Amino acid sequence: MMQLDAEKQMRRRKRKNTIFHILFLSSTLFGIVALALLLIQILVDGLGWLNWDFLTNNASRKAEKSGIKAAIFGTLWMMSITAPLSFIIGVSTAIYLEEYAKNNWFNRFIQTNIANLAGVPSIVYGLLGLTIFVRVFGFGKSVLAGSLTMTLLILPIIIVASQEAIKAIPGSQRNASFALGANRWQTILRVVLPSALPGILTGSILSFSRAVGETAPLIVVGAVAYITTLPNSVFDKFTVMPIQIYTWANLPQEEFHNVASAGIIVLLLMLLTMNAVAIFLRNKYQKKN
Amino acid sequence: MARMKQSKNAKELNSFMQKKKGIYSWDRMMPIILATIAGISVLTTIGIVVILITESAGFFQAVSITEFLFGTQWTPLFADPKFGVLPLIMGTFMITLVASIVALPIGFGSAIYLSEYAPRKVRNFIKPILEILAGIPTIVYGFFALTFITPIIKMVIPQTDLFNALSAGIVVGIMIIPMISSLSEDAMNAVPSSLRNAAYAMGSTKLEVALKVVVPASFSGIIASFVLGLSRAIGETMIVTLAAGALPNMDFDFLKSIQTMTAYIVTTSQGDTAYGSVEYRTIYAVGITLFVITLIMNILAGYISRKFREEYE
Amino acid sequence: MSIVQIKDLDLYYGDFHALRNVSMNINEKSITAFIGPSGCGKSTLLRTLNRMNDMIDSVKISGAVSINDTNIYNPTVNVELLRKEIGMVFQQPNPFPKSIFENVAYGPKIHGIRNKKQLDEIVETSLRGAALWDEVKDDLKKSAYGLSGGQQQRLCIARALAINPKILLMDEPTSALDPISTLKIEELIQELKGDYTIIIVTHNMQQAARVSDQTAFFLNGEVIEFSDTSKLFSNPNEKKTEDYITGRFG
Repeated sequence: MMQLDAEKQMRRRKRKNTIFHILFLSSTLFGIVALALLLIQILVDGLGWLNWDFLTNNASRKAEKSGIKAAIFGTLWMMSITAPLSFIIGVSTAIYLEEYAKNNWFNRFIQTNIANLAGVPSIVYGLLGLTIFVRVFGFGKSVLAGSLTMTLLILPIIIVASQEAIKAIPGSQRNASFALGANRWQTILRVVLPSALPGILTGSILSFSRAVGETAPLIVVGAVAYITTLPNSVFDKFTVMPIQIYTWANLPQEEFHNVASAGIIVLLLMLLTMNAVAIFLRNKYQKKN
Repeated sequence: MARMKQSKNAKELNSFMQKKKGIYSWDRMMPIILATIAGISVLTTIGIVVILITESAGFFQAVSITEFLFGTQWTPLFADPKFGVLPLIMGTFMITLVASIVALPIGFGSAIYLSEYAPRKVRNFIKPILEILAGIPTIVYGFFALTFITPIIKMVIPQTDLFNALSAGIVVGIMIIPMISSLSEDAMNAVPSSLRNAAYAMGSTKLEVALKVVVPASFSGIIASFVLGLSRAIGETMIVTLAAGALPNMDFDFLKSIQTMTAYIVTTSQGDTAYGSVEYRTIYAVGITLFVITLIMNILAGYISRKFREEYE
Repeated sequence: MSIVQIKDLDLYYGDFHALRNVSMNINEKSITAFIGPSGCGKSTLLRTLNRMNDMIDSVKISGAVSINDTNIYNPTVNVELLRKEIGMVFQQPNPFPKSIFENVAYGPKIHGIRNKKQLDEIVETSLRGAALWDEVKDDLKKSAYGLSGGQQQRLCIARALAINPKILLMDEPTSALDPISTLKIEELIQELKGDYTIIIVTHNMQQAARVSDQTAFFLNGEVIEFSDTSKLFSNPNEKKTEDYITGRFG
């Protein structure tokens, strides 16, 4: 009798395990299904509108004449400032914190500060950019103001990713260099950075793609949606792909939703390429170690 | 080599008393240069705090803090403007509520699956997909809410508004699933496998190990991931701007148009409110409210997960 | 003739008194072994000789460490040039993730040698000096990580030789190696003795007995006994030394 009970109980426990296994699996699949639906819907609506004209036309009041050229160029202009600037500032900060900073209250404060900055909503960076870059510095609603705002926004992500990459270099490497009479800067330049670079690049590219996809802070800074000329200098007004998509999505006409879908396809392709490069770098790097 | 050594004279022997030369001097300048650059992130924080305080100070000279915090009407652009922020907070709260109903159980369940159940191959397949999901711009999610989720809701409940809190909330939830899942999974992975083995050795099923050993041991990490996810939902802007509408109200009706704090800031800064006017300054007053709420949540999450780290290291 | 003179050396890690009143003279072109149980201070003393302890914030030092009668803790000493005079080999082989050539050329490049021909020469001499040349001469461009553990450790020795030091510090250089690689390194140490002053920390008493001329026995941060190796192992003066070498503790 007792053995029968135990067997019954065991079967019950196993069944419960199976039910929850299925539940947990389906919650994981939920994300995948959502992603698939999102992509399918956008491809179905947008693919028909995606052609060479769409890539080379400027914004228009007519859906069939609308293009994303100005927005693509705006994004490229912005990233040509944001990417190098945030990379230099971010990697420098990470090197300082990991290789030079002593464990005192000031450096702990910088570290906490960076962690908190990473959690500040992006729209707040928009307010910062609007006040400081657009008004106080007088850059106006320009490429420069937008780029600097984006630089500050992605800075914490680059810093943290670079710190992780630098931390992963074992101390024995540094000791070998010091014992040969290298000073700290030589050691950083010749031992630490070459080994940490793939990790730093991966993190940086992922944060660049965050900047390419960001919308809200740039709206606040004043990147305008309806633009028919390309920027000629960093002081010109500009728009970016996400804002262009936002504008199309906001229009009541159904055709513009399809135009928006086509815009999203272009945006996602650009991001996918960037992420693929980042993942490629990371895998190459992981194999080496 | 021996010959080389023997030829060294006494002066050379103490060569380490020489003055530092050019190739060594960068070493003294670099820490100063790098520390200066590191100061930019501190300046950013100071900048955010200072501009939010000074710009909203102008607002609070015109509007009392009591009216702002406790007023139940938000109509800054009307002829008779009302500046009660509660409707915007209500909008943000409704979005966050729907998002957490969607994201917390699903994120939690998928974390358990990935950490405890999934075979290596499946895991290696699913993790990158969740990363892609996390990398999709919010504007795309917003578009998805407006053109896919909303029509479905309207099919089920026809009286739903085109812009509504439910659709935006669901999609905000989908957006934060990868974040909650991956942070919770990290916390679960940090549980030493010796604890799991002890439970398996006593004949526990996977479910029993997951719920009775792993989850309790990583509980604070999981909670921290929830708090961070919600903080992300509160700060989310484009989904709610596109799909939730622009009608601040206190009705608590998920099928109606609402407005969140973030959506208000975006919508207003797009318009042509005069620089320096009270209406213009509302975006800073709302901004500082948003900043304080998310800051408190992030500090809370950091505090919870630090406590958690001490248990294992 | 002594090349290293240590006088009344005390060292603290924060509150921990790691070296107590150490005084000793180390002979030029000889092999000196430091032995003793873990945590006795032998590695710490080794690291004070090239000031690697400077990296640790909480270290406080009093007393004098002199090389050729110049105190290396004198504030005007250029630490980088000091370390150029003193090569170091670590417990775990720690080649850089670079080619074999770049590993050996690293030190000379740091100290300003740019000439390719000169670098080629230094790399060959150093690899020959570390008895590795014949094994790697065709693979100089390949990654150092492809070498076996023993080869990696000899590469690290070659890397240290490349800066043309007078003193070679070895911190348990064979503790991570198999017996055959260990034997090769021990033979190499004997060969290097003609040109370098070698100080080796080891937890392996037989190794100290096999390779060294003089041996210092450490216990709790103190030098208990320092004498010729043959004497220390056959007829120690101190009871504690005898207890340790006969395996009663440690």
